Amino acid sequence: MLELKDVHTYYGNIHALKGISLTVNDGEIVTLIGSNGAGKSTTLRTIQGLNKPRTGTVTLDGVQLEKLPAHEIAGLGVAQSPEGRMIFPRMTVLENLEMGAYARKDLTSYKDDLEHVLALFPRLKERITQKGGTLSGGEQQMLAMGRALMAKPKILLLDEPSMGLAPLLVELIFDIIKQLNNEGTTILLVEQNALMALSIAHRGYVLQTGEIILSNTAEKLKNDEMVQKAYLGVE
Amino acid sequence: MKSTLQKFARPIIAIITIYLVLLLGPIAALDIPVIAASIAKNPSQLLQFLIIGLANGAIIAIIALGYTMVYGIIELINFAHGDVYMIGVFTALTTLSLTGTLKSQDPVRIGIGIVIALVVAVVVGATLNATIERLAYRPLRNAPRLAPLISAIGMSFIVENIGLIWAGQSWLVPSFGTTGGGAQKEFPDLLSRMFVNMNMNPDLLASSGLGLRFTIKDLLVIVLAGVLMIGLRQFVQHTKLGKAMRATAQNRDAAKMLGIDIDWVITATFLIGGGLAGAAGLMAGLYNNNAWWFMGFRAGLQSFTAAVLGGIGNITGAMLGGFLIGLLAAFSDGYLNARWTNAWVFATLVLILLFRPNGLLGEQTGQKA
Repeated sequence: MLELKDVHTYYGNIHALKGISLTVNDGEIVTLIGSNGAGKSTTLRTIQGLNKPRTGTVTLDGVQLEKLPAHEIAGLGVAQSPEGRMIFPRMTVLENLEMGAYARKDLTSYKDDLEHVLALFPRLKERITQKGGTLSGGEQQMLAMGRALMAKPKILLLDEPSMGLAPLLVELIFDIIKQLNNEGTTILLVEQNALMALSIAHRGYVLQTGEIILSNTAEKLKNDEMVQKAYLGVE
Repeated sequence: MKSTLQKFARPIIAIITIYLVLLLGPIAALDIPVIAASIAKNPSQLLQFLIIGLANGAIIAIIALGYTMVYGIIELINFAHGDVYMIGVFTALTTLSLTGTLKSQDPVRIGIGIVIALVVAVVVGATLNATIERLAYRPLRNAPRLAPLISAIGMSFIVENIGLIWAGQSWLVPSFGTTGGGAQKEFPDLLSRMFVNMNMNPDLLASSGLGLRFTIKDLLVIVLAGVLMIGLRQFVQHTKLGKAMRATAQNRDAAKMLGIDIDWVITATFLIGGGLAGAAGLMAGLYNNNAWWFMGFRAGLQSFTAAVLGGIGNITGAMLGGFLIGLLAAFSDGYLNARWTNAWVFATLVLILLFRPNGLLGEQTGQKA
């Protein structure tokens, strides 16, 4: 479904992605793990069109994305809960969620989708008239995810959904990710919390300084000696 | 970086304020008995200055809307905005001249001419403003902050010179005895003429015996400003494009990610701002009855101050700031000395910013980390 082939992305002169190739198949959860600065978020930004690759291709269901402007990519069914959440601080929770559906052409199921998102995140329902900027960090994370879901995306990109959250909330968020996948959403998950990510993903890629150094099924990665040492904290 | 700026800005603002208070205080204080006496002698004069202040404030407010919208969305002070307003005045004057409205005595014809001039001024203002964005700001969108600012100042000079050349064309701008493009041109008082020719008194309070003048011109600018502000607020709050504007203003990357075409949203913002400046141009021409190639400078400065005073980026704030500055200027002109008016306006701005750095209605709900 989603395929990156030999993608090179630069920030000025900094070579951030050095030939990333990966695939995400329909219905999968695929995770990208790696330490800070490995290029995980840059990969997601490149798929979304916020950063343009210098060379390489990004295709979604056969459509080439890498030359399209970001707003057209959103219209093709790519939605993201980005690094740093990027919610709209002076818009209400409801307006934030409405903006999620901005690129959708078909709004017939809009009401049901909104109900569904609010059922997934009951906290958002309680805060529906509050401004986004007044929410707590965890609530903002839920809002960012809810907003991405309102787009009814073909593929959902999640950037560090567990960042800065209390352990209980992390479990909740991961339960929701699993539930979304069971409902048929394809997910590309970027995580520092490699153990959690590998426990719900089907497959995974390990990123190091802009290159993929390992890829396998999640189960095999979890048992890989190098992964255990570097990312799972097993001695 | 912002915090260091604020650290230095506060003491500097404080020093300037103290300086201004010392400078202006004695003048105002000396005048207090005089002012009190003149209010006691002629209390209706106070109301008169209120009316004048509201009407002038309404024009300032409409121009301020353009500043505040553009700043809200790309954090750029569009220095050329005041000059777009000036072009609006000349567009209106030229349209009125070419349609024969300036010389007409027929109230119906004058009315139609004014409506046509309004449409043309709005279209020209909107197009000019969007063109300025396309040529001078968009290529610099990812450049350091200072670059578009300098290019905005450059655009201001260019548009001013267009105005200077325009004003010198006697087939476009009737001279009424003045010569050359540099001179102030008369903008005939068409609204009063229209009313007189309908056998109505343009002064709506003439028969009230209050000794007040509240003319059809005052009514028109105040009502029009109110309608435009409410309309704009509703537009930004409730339409899809309005919401896209707010989203773009609050987080540009997130807006792109959700499918918002940033370029179109920014163009639309400049179109609306420019259209409002064009409308303000016609209103100001009809109200103040003059046109001058350099009038955009002072109007721009006052409107920008109004936008900052109300909380830049905030539509209601721009309106509030506009009316406040209009009133302040009217009272200063009337009771103190017109020479001190600008000093009072800016002293008030400094004082308010000292206590409310984000302006009167500025919000400070930043995004949490």
